[in-house]
Amino acid sequence: MAIGGYKNHPYIPNSVEEVQKEMLKELGLESLEDLHEGVPEELKFKSKMNLPEPYKSEYELKRAMERTLRKNKTCKDYINFLGAGCWQHYVPAICDEISGRSEFLTAYAGEPYNDHGRFQSLFEYESLVAELVDMDVANVPTFDWPQAAATSIRMAARITNGKEALVIGTIDRQKLLIIKNYCDPVVEIKLIDYDEETGKMDLEDLKAKISDNTAAVYFENPSFLGFIEDQGQKISDIAHNAGAISIVGIDPSSLGVLAPPRHYGADIICGDLQPLGIHMNYGGGQSGFISTRDEEKFVMEFPSRLFGVAPTTVEGEYGFGDIAYERTSFGNLREKGKEFVGTQTALWGITAGVYLSLMGPIGMYELGKNIMQKSQYAIKELNRIKGVKGSKFNSINFKEFVVDFNGTGKTIEEINKELLKKGIFGGKDLSKDFPELGQCGLYCVTEIHLKEDIDKLVDSIKEIIEG
Amino acid sequence: MKKIGLIVNPIAGMGGKVGLKGTDGIHILNKAVRLGATPEAPAKTLKALKKLLPVRDRLVIVTCSGNMGQEEAENMGFRTNIVYSSKEPITNSNDTKLGAKKIEEEGVDLLIFVGGDGTARDLYESVGNKQLVLGIPAGVKIHSPVYANTPEKAGELALLYVTGKNMVVREEEVVDIDEEAFRKDMVRTQLYGYLKVPVDKKFMQNKKAPTPLNEETTQKAIALDIVDHMDKDTCYIIGPGTTTRAIMQALSLPYTLLGVDVVMNRKLIKKDVSERDLLNYVNQYPSKLILTPTGGQGYLLGRGNQQISGEVVKKIGKENIIIVSTNSKIIELRGKPLLVYTGDEKVDQMLKGYYRVKVGYGMEMMYGVETG
Amino acid sequence: MKRINREHKVRNFHQAKWDEPIIFELSNKGERGILVPEAEGEIVKAVGDGVSKIPESMKRESLPNLPEINQKRVLMHYLRLSQETLGADLNIEIGQGTCTMKYNPKINEYIARMPEMTELHPLQDESTVQGILEIMYKTDLCMREISGMDQFSFQPGGGSHAILTMASIVRKYHREYGEEEQRDEIITTVYSHPSDAAAPATKGYKIITIMPDREGYPDYEAFKNAVSERTAAFFVANPEDTGVFNPRIKEFTDLVRKAGGLNCYDQANANGLLGVTRAKEAGFDMCFFNLHKTFSTPHGCGGPGGGALGVVKELIDYLPKPIIGLKDGKYFLDYDLDKSIEKVRLFNGVPQTVLKAYAWIMSLGAEGLYEAAKVAVLNNNYLFKKLLEHKGVDAPYIRGKQRIEQVRYTLEKLTEDTGITTGDIARRVMDFGMHYWTSHHPYYVPEPITLEPTETPSKEDLDEYISTLHHIFDEAYEKPEIIKNAPHRSTIHQVDESSFDDPEKWAPTWRVYLKKTKKD
Repeated sequence: MAIGGYKNHPYIPNSVEEVQKEMLKELGLESLEDLHEGVPEELKFKSKMNLPEPYKSEYELKRAMERTLRKNKTCKDYINFLGAGCWQHYVPAICDEISGRSEFLTAYAGEPYNDHGRFQSLFEYESLVAELVDMDVANVPTFDWPQAAATSIRMAARITNGKEALVIGTIDRQKLLIIKNYCDPVVEIKLIDYDEETGKMDLEDLKAKISDNTAAVYFENPSFLGFIEDQGQKISDIAHNAGAISIVGIDPSSLGVLAPPRHYGADIICGDLQPLGIHMNYGGGQSGFISTRDEEKFVMEFPSRLFGVAPTTVEGEYGFGDIAYERTSFGNLREKGKEFVGTQTALWGITAGVYLSLMGPIGMYELGKNIMQKSQYAIKELNRIKGVKGSKFNSINFKEFVVDFNGTGKTIEEINKELLKKGIFGGKDLSKDFPELGQCGLYCVTEIHLKEDIDKLVDSIKEIIEG
Repeated sequence: MKKIGLIVNPIAGMGGKVGLKGTDGIHILNKAVRLGATPEAPAKTLKALKKLLPVRDRLVIVTCSGNMGQEEAENMGFRTNIVYSSKEPITNSNDTKLGAKKIEEEGVDLLIFVGGDGTARDLYESVGNKQLVLGIPAGVKIHSPVYANTPEKAGELALLYVTGKNMVVREEEVVDIDEEAFRKDMVRTQLYGYLKVPVDKKFMQNKKAPTPLNEETTQKAIALDIVDHMDKDTCYIIGPGTTTRAIMQALSLPYTLLGVDVVMNRKLIKKDVSERDLLNYVNQYPSKLILTPTGGQGYLLGRGNQQISGEVVKKIGKENIIIVSTNSKIIELRGKPLLVYTGDEKVDQMLKGYYRVKVGYGMEMMYGVETG
Repeated sequence: MKRINREHKVRNFHQAKWDEPIIFELSNKGERGILVPEAEGEIVKAVGDGVSKIPESMKRESLPNLPEINQKRVLMHYLRLSQETLGADLNIEIGQGTCTMKYNPKINEYIARMPEMTELHPLQDESTVQGILEIMYKTDLCMREISGMDQFSFQPGGGSHAILTMASIVRKYHREYGEEEQRDEIITTVYSHPSDAAAPATKGYKIITIMPDREGYPDYEAFKNAVSERTAAFFVANPEDTGVFNPRIKEFTDLVRKAGGLNCYDQANANGLLGVTRAKEAGFDMCFFNLHKTFSTPHGCGGPGGGALGVVKELIDYLPKPIIGLKDGKYFLDYDLDKSIEKVRLFNGVPQTVLKAYAWIMSLGAEGLYEAAKVAVLNNNYLFKKLLEHKGVDAPYIRGKQRIEQVRYTLEKLTEDTGITTGDIARRVMDFGMHYWTSHHPYYVPEPITLEPTETPSKEDLDEYISTLHHIFDEAYEKPEIIKNAPHRSTIHQVDESSFDDPEKWAPTWRVYLKKTKKD
């Protein structure tokens, strides 16, 4: 392939021919083609790659990319009631300012001496999350909540030597698939039935399924379907009596008003940081966390990095580093080196820390209260529509709720199509993942929804159904 | 106030400069002195102690009288506590053993000793692998990895330990070579035991990687792999070493550290067997042989396990040899192959080739074996 | 005024030092960082305060112990911490070998921060996300051409995650053919990334590691002895982290294929190979690229990144769902994969990362990618030659031959001569505003350094990095104490790490620190 096309590309300083020549001469070479002597001829790709012609300037690139992206309709253009694991919250300007800082954005795996600020901000994020969930330890974030849940389960399996985990039947089916793949073939995942009136866990089924082979019982608050599971202590007790670990998945935006799971017996807490100042990014804002008590048996099972604070050789300086870096699996050596670490979502950890610093205790309370009020209002208003039940379950909800359209004669798919025409993203269609619920949608209301947004939703649905 | 033990073998290293290979035995020493040898150990001790000066005020050196440590320590201005005095004008191996015992009984955080492989042997015989120790190399023969590379390094390690820095403790081999053979330029090492030494962990930065298990835990993991996959009615012949010892511990069986033990159906058949015993077993039962390499040299057979003779190995068969080793032992070999030397050339030739060395639970490494 | 002396061998640098307290120490009761909207009066009238409906047992009894700080102070705090972080944008980023710390073009960030990217919910109707789907689809096509694979998935969130995904596919594939029990071994090499062993082990595989031969190539004879009917797959990087390219790779993959196993290519080290050689021709069934390495998306202190996983035709059905399809001019999420491992990450991976990678490809094109690879290799070999001019430095294996895009050096000689270790040097390099990475643990190469310049630095940048390292190596011989006590010009001094392994003393969070250091 002929070299020639690109000279003096702004991203490749040494594409300047004179400089190249000088450097090649230093190596005793004639041309760039003399490089790659270690790659045998038969493996060399002889033709030019068939890629689209590049844009010739930054301006042209920007124009073209903007044109393509504008084909998207955003949650600013439409009123959005989708949640189901990715939630639209207000992102304070300071969060964007910090997550966009060159230093944080382009740092990676430097030492505490290069990256003191990165270590401190991640330590602070861990500390802030620990306060929010009222636990002692939190990790540098994982990919997303399902990853955090799957790892929590495997931590429990290493601690207890159990080979199966019992998982609440109302779990998000996508999340379940990720957990199942991650745990296969080491831990088997079984679902626990839920009560069809309340949505809450069927404790009799839990008791029937739990055994000394159970590593963990996993449930959520609020549940994927939005209702608050208030049997937490009973569930944890049943788990503990069987020698299992109680794991609770949470939405952190609820913890200004809801009790932290430690208060009802949780040993491991996990969840997603995305609600805490991170844009949805078409799913690219997910970021999982895991939190435990400061006990060696838990700390030693984290596969993730844990940054800790320590003194330096100079009085009055904070130093940071990895806690228990050489982590060993005392619980179960047969499972070897505890999963793996790698690039996950550290920047979102820093961002969540900024968010919690801004919000403070009062902010988190007011957020929770606002969400409670608005979701209750939405349920109440929806209830007034003929054939519609604002909430399928008769439990109290946080942020999300299952709207029951079974009495309307229309499918949720039809309703969502009509809503789209009216500039509304209706709730997630549950009819595939939870066929037992029939035609239901999972709706999400947060602090970003004004009364007029909710009213518009109600009016639109009313129009669609009542004609 | 921290208590540090110090014991110096004042004659260690005297043979080196005059072409003798060690000073074990009074007549060798006399010969060394005749040839013009001067003491090496005091200067080396001072080099190491110098590194501890910054914390001098926080230390008491528990040591022995005169040239066994007192002189060096007081010379540098350390506070001392003398717990043993030799009655001989020229101290010997017995003094080292008695002195070390006294120091251990006094309860020190770390016992620093100065000498060579012979001194390490004496230490092992008197304080075993309970006391944390650290060697300052001064002898001619330094094959035991219980020694720091240089006296200065030893001093730095001790300083790190005293100041509570990040250290791990590792059991290292005490090996010595046959002095007679060494003088004739034949290296024949013998494993004598293990001493517990501190290892600097400060290079544990750059944490992008999954966390490796530490030495002891790796040994446990390897042992569990072996134990989980033991065949029924098969005779397991377990060679000497800390990695193989972990297998006996995993089975909760008594064992000999330096001998060969035999296990069947998770029960001990016999401890510390002879070649004759082994031949007896391998002729009766299907057998598997578990070996671990010696540190640094990588000998699987022919160093400290002569009971496992060529005849025994031939009977067991190459396919029934299981090699276990921690990763760090393999890294120490720096690409050199593992070695076998049974004395039977045919058997050694037969054993050559690639083996799967068990380095963790479900973790193996392909590694070559050559004749030694 | 005198001008800054650019003739200096080394830079007169000092890292920012703000003595910034821990965020909790900034709290002042009553201060607010941001206000939350209040529910409108009519809503309050209709439902009350909302929170009293929470079941008693589920009410939070006391507010979380978060700090109360005004907005400016929060901003100031995090800006200061950012200044105490040495991002790639600020330094001559050569010292984080294996990480491919190339320039992350700002325009790509600008584009990715458009609301048309950030304000998309992943469950929106396909008709409303045609723009992002188009970009993901087209990136897939580019990746196919670059690798020779037939289909890509962007679900994995990083390189190790892609390795896990490949291991999941390997397991599912052999399950499909009834050989899951029999094929329980995965072979990898010492100088591949440790995750090539760790992630398959997570999926329950036994791992067999191949050591290098004397030249540094994976030992072929050992490999032949390792491959068998129990082999599930071969996971390998090429070049490995030593920068040595295994020229016999095709023989390796052929051997595995004949034995019935799959070949999985860790392309973390692909930056020197774009347009030069491809996964397909080397006989691989799967490969992945780190978008945050080779394709210029930023590392974000450790993510979010992206692992683009490609497979050959026979394995498309095993990919996680969904992949991006195109039908009748409409892009769609294709769930029709009947042997799929189902899912490894929520929704569609990290789309904003794919967007940035696409923008990078589209600003270079085929010739630009090839040029980037060539210059990355040129820069590396230039650095290699210059560094070896110092007596304390060496690099094991294939002597006198070129490396690809990085080199793992050894300072064993320097350490023997001076007692200064590579760990000491790493702290000293910081004093000049640069990075320096040793190696993964355990150290197979003694006293290692791993450097990867990429195509980003100019010759002038390279020369500065080289003269800085030479300067420090000279210091090791002349005044080692300055290195021992380094860093001197960092935000902080040497950290006392002794508490980090002690459960009684370690402090993973501020609340634990306060508890453990409380004076009785």
